[in-house]
Amino acid sequence: MTGRYEAMWERLNLDLDAHASLLEVLGKFYGDIYMSQQGRLRGMEYLDFVLSEIHGLRIQELQEARANGRKVIGTFCVFVPEEIVWAADAIQVGLCAGAEAGTEAAEKILPRNTCALIKSFVGFKLARLCPFIESCDMVVGETTCDGKKKAYEIFSDYAPVYVMEIPQMKCAADRALWKAEVLRFKQAVEDLTGRSITAERLREAVVLINQRRRALQRLNRLRAAHPVPISGRDVLLINQVSFYDDPKRFTQKIEELCDELEDKVRRGEGVADGAVRLMLSGCPMAIPNWKLPYIIESSGAVVVGEESCIGSRNTRDLVDESASNLDELLDAIVDRYMKIDCACFTPNAERLEHIVDMARELNVKGVIHYGLSFCQPYAMESFKVEKALQEAGFPMVAIETDYSMEDVEQLKTRVEAFVEMVR
Amino acid sequence: MAIIGLDVGSRSIERVVLEESSGKWTWEKAPTTFDPLAQCRRLLAHVDGCSVVVTGYGRRLVAEQFPHLCARTVTEIQAYARGVHHLYPQARTVLDIGGQDTKVIALSAHGSVAKFEMNDRCAAGTGKFLEFMASSLQVPLEAFGHFALQADKQVEINSMCTVFAESEATSLMARGERPQNIAMALHRAVVRRTLAMLRRVGGASPLVFAGGVAHNPCVCRLLSESLGEAMIVAENPDVIGALGAALIGASG
Ligand code: SF4
Ligand code: SF4
Repeated sequence: MTGRYEAMWERLNLDLDAHASLLEVLGKFYGDIYMSQQGRLRGMEYLDFVLSEIHGLRIQELQEARANGRKVIGTFCVFVPEEIVWAADAIQVGLCAGAEAGTEAAEKILPRNTCALIKSFVGFKLARLCPFIESCDMVVGETTCDGKKKAYEIFSDYAPVYVMEIPQMKCAADRALWKAEVLRFKQAVEDLTGRSITAERLREAVVLINQRRRALQRLNRLRAAHPVPISGRDVLLINQVSFYDDPKRFTQKIEELCDELEDKVRRGEGVADGAVRLMLSGCPMAIPNWKLPYIIESSGAVVVGEESCIGSRNTRDLVDESASNLDELLDAIVDRYMKIDCACFTPNAERLEHIVDMARELNVKGVIHYGLSFCQPYAMESFKVEKALQEAGFPMVAIETDYSMEDVEQLKTRVEAFVEMVR
Repeated sequence: MAIIGLDVGSRSIERVVLEESSGKWTWEKAPTTFDPLAQCRRLLAHVDGCSVVVTGYGRRLVAEQFPHLCARTVTEIQAYARGVHHLYPQARTVLDIGGQDTKVIALSAHGSVAKFEMNDRCAAGTGKFLEFMASSLQVPLEAFGHFALQADKQVEINSMCTVFAESEATSLMARGERPQNIAMALHRAVVRRTLAMLRRVGGASPLVFAGGVAHNPCVCRLLSESLGEAMIVAENPDVIGALGAALIGASG
C-alpha cells in the first residue's frame, strides 16, 4: 500500500522511513500470527483487508470525512461515551497503543517504569508513526490511573487533549460526578463540531453502537461452542478492529461472519482439536499486541473469552434504548458506562463476579490473568481475582509482560506448564 | 524399550536412560556450552528404538532439530514435579533453582502440579545471579558457597537486582569489607527472594530442593535454617528434570 498513500502520509507529517519499517514489521507479524492459521472463516477476509489497509484506506476515509467538515476524535479508554461523538456526526477511533515502536522517543519524556500502553501512545506521537493520532481533531484522555492521568498532561503539549474525570467509586456522588462529566463532554463535542446533539440524533447513535455491541455479543456466544469454531486470536482481532472501523460497516460484516460461524457450529466443526479452553482476563490488548494470545494458542490451548476492555468489558452492557427524551438518554448512557468494572474502581467486586461467571459459562479449564508491567490497578487486582477463581474451582496463572519480545521463551514455559497442569 | 529424558538447561544438559521394564536408569551430564546442539547430538547418539522426551529451555529447539526422533516436549515444571514425586513420594513442594529460572511447584498428594510460580525475566534470585556475583568477586562458581560460609560478620545487601546488588557489593568492598562476608550477604539475598516466592505458592512440607543451585552449600544451609526439618536437598539435584521427562515418556 506504500506507494498509493505516501502523499497522504506525508501531509499527515509522518516520519515516512520509520513508518515504512513499522508497516513491514506489522505485516510480517500479521502473516506469522494470523495468515498461518488453518481453516479460517471466509468472513475473516474482511478483517485481513481492514488490517492490510489499516494505515491506508481507513485513514483516507477519515481525511475525506474531515474535508467534508466532520471531526475525528481519538480515545484510549472504553469509558469515553461513543454515542455522544457519533450523535454530533463526528467519528470516534480508538487509538491503538499496542506496539513497542516509539518507546525510545517516549522514554525521553516519561519515566522508564511506565506501562507499555502509555509509552506506546506517547511514543507513536513523538516518533510520528501513527496516522490515526495525526488525524484527530481531539484526543480524549481520562483519569483512570495515575500513569495515564499524568501522561496526558505531558501529551497535551503534542496533541489536542481533552480529559474526562472518571469516578473511582460507584456511590451516588460518583454517579453525579460522572453525569456532570458526560454533560461537559457533550458540550465539548458540540463546541468542536459546531453541531448540537438532539434527542433524535442521540437515540440513533445509541442504537448504532448497541448494534455493534450486539454483533460482538453474538460472536462471543458462538465462539464459546464445543468444539471451538474460531480461534481466540481471530476474535481478539475483531474486537480490536471494532475500535476504529466504521461502526455500520463493521456490524454488518461481523453479522455476516457470525452467520458463517453459526453454520460451522451447526456442523460441529472446530478449529483447535483437543485444545484446552482458557480465558484471558486483565489489561487491554491493543493492536498489534498479539504476543500472549499467540503463545497461548501455540501451546495446546485456545482462548474462548476475553475479560478485557478489548473484549467483554466493552460489549457486555448495552445502553437502554427506551428513553424518550434527551435527558433520559443521557441518563441511560451514564448508567451504562458506570457498569464498567475497570480495575481503577474501588471496591470492584463486580469484576470478580463477572470473571467467575464467565469462566463458568465458557466452561474453561483455567484463566490467564494478563497484566502489563508497571500497571498497578490490574496487578493489585490479580491477587483478588486468583482467590475468587480458586474458590470457584478455576486455576489461574498471572502473567506480567509488555510489548517486547525478550521474554517470549519464559512466557512459553509458563503458559505451557499451565496448560499441562489444567489439561 | 528404553526411554530417554533430556533436560536442556542454560548451563548443563542432563540425559537419563530409563529401562521401561525394570525401571532402572542411568544418567549423564554435559555442560551446555555455546553449541548445545552438538552436545545434544552426542548425548542422543545411538538412541534408535528409544522414545525421547525433552525438557528445559532448549526443548523445542532439540525437538525441531532432530525430527527423526519424534521427541515429545514437556516443561520443566512437569518434569521436576514428576521426578521429585518419583524419588520423594512424600514431597509436597518442589523448589528448583536453575541457571536462569527459579521455580516453586506445589504438588498435590498424588504428585500432580497444583500451582507454580516462576521468576519473571530478571535474573534476581537465580543461578545466574550467583554466577554473576561469583565472577565479580573472582571466586570460581563451584567454590562460591563454601567461600560464603567463611563469613565472620553479618553485612547487608538489600537489593535483589543484579545490577544494584553488584554496586552494593562494590561499595562494601571499597569500605574494606571481607569478600567472604559480602558473598554471604549475596547468598542471603537469593534466599530471601526464594522464601518470598515460597510464601506466595504457600508450599506445604516436605519441600525438596532441586536444580543446579542445590549444590551450593551456603544456599542449602540458609534455606534449611529457615525451613528446618521440612527441607530435603535432592541427592542428585540436577538430574531430576531429565528423570522426570523420562518417566513422563514411560507413562505415555
Ligand atoms: S482498563 Fe480501565 S482505563 Fe484501560 S481502557 Fe479499560 S476501562 Fe479504560
Ligand atoms: S495498563 Fe494499567 S497502568 Fe497502563 S494505562 Fe492501563 S490502567 Fe494505567
